[in-house]
Amino acid sequence: MAVQAVTQQKLALTGNEAVAMAMKQINPDVVAAYPITPQTDIVQYFSTFVADGKVKTEFVTVESEHSAMSACVGSCAAGARTMTATSSQGLALMWEMLYIAAGFRLPIVMPVVNRALSAPINIHCDHSDSMGARDSGWIQLYSENAQEAYDNTIQAVRIAEHADVRLPVMVCQDGFVISHSLMNLEVLPDEAVASFVGEFAPRYPLLDAEHPVTYGALALQDSYFEARRQIADAMSRAPAVILEVGKEYGRLSGREYGFFEAHRLEDAEVAVVAIGSAAGSAKAVADSLRGQGIKAGVLKVRVFRPWPWREIGDALGSARVVGVMDRADGLSNLGGPLFGDIRSALYDRTRRPLVVDYIYGLGGRDVSLEDIEGVFRDLLRIKDEGRVTEPVTYLGVRE
Amino acid sequence: MNKEPGPDRILGWKEMPTGAVITQAGNATRYQTGDWRSLRPEWSQEKCIQCLLCWVFCPDGAIIVKDGKIAEFDFEHCKGCGICAQECPPKVKAIKMVPEEEVTEVK
Amino acid sequence: MPSLKELSRQPELLTGGHRLCAGCGAPIVVRQALKALDVPLVAANATGCLEVATAIYPYTAWRCSWIHSAFENAAATISGVEAAYRSLKRQGKVPGEFRFVAFGGDGGTFDIGFQSLSGAAERGHRFVYVCYDNEAYMNTGIQRSSATPLGAETTTTPAGEVIPGKRGHRKDLTAIMAAHDIPYVAQVSPSHWNDLVTKMKKAFDAEGPAFINAIAPCPRGWRHDGSLTIEVTRVAVETCYWPLYEVDHGKWRLTYKPRQKKPVEEWLKMQGRFRHLFRPENRHLIDEIQAHVDRKWEELLRRCGEI
Ligand code: SF4
Ligand code: SF4
Repeated sequence: MAVQAVTQQKLALTGNEAVAMAMKQINPDVVAAYPITPQTDIVQYFSTFVADGKVKTEFVTVESEHSAMSACVGSCAAGARTMTATSSQGLALMWEMLYIAAGFRLPIVMPVVNRALSAPINIHCDHSDSMGARDSGWIQLYSENAQEAYDNTIQAVRIAEHADVRLPVMVCQDGFVISHSLMNLEVLPDEAVASFVGEFAPRYPLLDAEHPVTYGALALQDSYFEARRQIADAMSRAPAVILEVGKEYGRLSGREYGFFEAHRLEDAEVAVVAIGSAAGSAKAVADSLRGQGIKAGVLKVRVFRPWPWREIGDALGSARVVGVMDRADGLSNLGGPLFGDIRSALYDRTRRPLVVDYIYGLGGRDVSLEDIEGVFRDLLRIKDEGRVTEPVTYLGVRE
Repeated sequence: MNKEPGPDRILGWKEMPTGAVITQAGNATRYQTGDWRSLRPEWSQEKCIQCLLCWVFCPDGAIIVKDGKIAEFDFEHCKGCGICAQECPPKVKAIKMVPEEEVTEVK
Repeated sequence: MPSLKELSRQPELLTGGHRLCAGCGAPIVVRQALKALDVPLVAANATGCLEVATAIYPYTAWRCSWIHSAFENAAATISGVEAAYRSLKRQGKVPGEFRFVAFGGDGGTFDIGFQSLSGAAERGHRFVYVCYDNEAYMNTGIQRSSATPLGAETTTTPAGEVIPGKRGHRKDLTAIMAAHDIPYVAQVSPSHWNDLVTKMKKAFDAEGPAFINAIAPCPRGWRHDGSLTIEVTRVAVETCYWPLYEVDHGKWRLTYKPRQKKPVEEWLKMQGRFRHLFRPENRHLIDEIQAHVDRKWEELLRRCGEI
């Protein structure tokens, strides 16, 4: 399909406004959602679109996030394009249903505004909520800023609904840091989004009187494994679809998307891997270090599930030391979730970098440019020493 | 008996409908529960007054009604619970539960 | 009032070949309930006996579209289906009418699924929730729920040396649902099939949510012979343990009044789960149950304007 570039509108929007705008343009059949800080704005903005008749959406104002995802499962299985949005405890309350949405192969799209998990209760950003859901069978796209959150939300619909995939997608953005900060961004015309996402073609809709279907049968030792194997297969087909959609979106908007952004990595000796808003700071630090003759680079992860391990291995393989920035602690005695996956992506390479982990920013703790420069300096030291003594460092926490 | 289609073999993951969805509505008729039965309802057409009470109370839909009258019992699915015999009006008692091993007439 | 002859012409939406126990009350309730309908239906099911025994991959006993997702969310799930229907119908993408029903056991309805039921009822989705109430968690092996009556023995309320079965009376969920002020609420028994089907018709015709509580014996958990399933429900009605009534747009109405109210003992003695109550030291519990039944019955008569 030949996609023509379109003229876009420049608007100053917060991350939440940008996502709500994307949802309005996607114009889903059903949204079932529950308010939670810092996602609340999305639900509020969307409610005004519903109240003003700007969308055709049936908005289900559920009494909990568990019911939000349950209603989304019912709605999507019924044959409706379905969205919701959540954060933190809300995502945790949905847990059971996340697996069921993926297990039923329902292409639900859900913006997640990342926020720390209790206890202690905290409303600010870290990635422990969505990172904990990494094995649920949901595709996860992470955004560095409001523009990416907007772009990812629109692409997520196409990725989720692709015949090869049929999996739900989370579109993550950092709570407050992105969700509540104004940014000048480019917004596509409504018609361009409508034709980009196209019509939803449900598979096995409940609302087909001629072909009644059964969802959610008990699958025992003889068939549960096959059903789960199928989900793994869909996840392994997703990368190609994500790239295809990212390219097409690039032709439409001028903003092409891949699995990750490789910033000055070609000849980098020390590289930092980051997800979300911190990647922007990391890139700025790398640029200034380059000015000092230090070969620094950054890999910003966009697609965390499916894990593009081969490409990430290729991008980081020639670095000497890699520092992974985890905004979630796995409490595993070996750092955060990104660390484990990065190391694993590099393991089979004949020449592999040393890899260390930095847990940072939990509960919205600020990460400064100095902190990130400190990480690069640390990586340079490890490069010189040629070995890792301490694989996991907690960054910016008081002793 | 009208049999719905159902898979004759267990499918591999490449052929299973996605999401483990079952697309053949009502194919459980292919699953036999008749062998759970230790008692068999024996129905006397002569005694029966066609009130259909047994039909409305059967948990397994195992009493087949055609044109408003009992046509037969579905022994592939009847589990022999005895509700039909119990609920057949006391003055009629057209159903008797008999041990399977004593059943002579093959239905 | 439909005749059985007429009902027998309705399609059988729950087929044989399901694997509920012989004599189980749940499929009787479902079969009767779905005879009240002649438009396409989507059913949701909470996790439980009915769910687990009617859809075992690759078999389904459902001839209508059916979805089970989890235990506590049958009402939320069907509310999503119903919202999808309204949206797609408005856009002209679904031809024809649909109706929506959710089935849950008492565990999935009174306990873990209560929040989602209350939420869906308050939101006003047009669906019928049918609780097949067998008064305990039967699927996991007979554990007490908040629907278990005083004194009943379950595996988590065994009749012990010190504690004689379940403490406390059951939750009156039918009244709680009536307090939601939804268009239609009713209590039914499969013994009174005609009353059940009539109420289901009203429930399906209601312009908003409807709640039906159906007594549905579990011969294993209640410990009575499987052939007595219907008789047990009949006696429950005759003793006024399980009154048949409806709350139609806020108007309470008794739909069946026993000619002579039998002592609740007659119902209790049919079931092994109450056997220990007949020991001399536990007789006071039978009195307590009787007093409770009497008080609830009087309350109901008053609400229904019968006294
Ligand atoms: S014995 Fe039970 S299952 Fe068999 S026909 Fe009679 S009522 Fe139905
Ligand atoms: S209950 Fe008895 S009399 Fe009535 S239809 Fe059944 S067999 Fe005949």
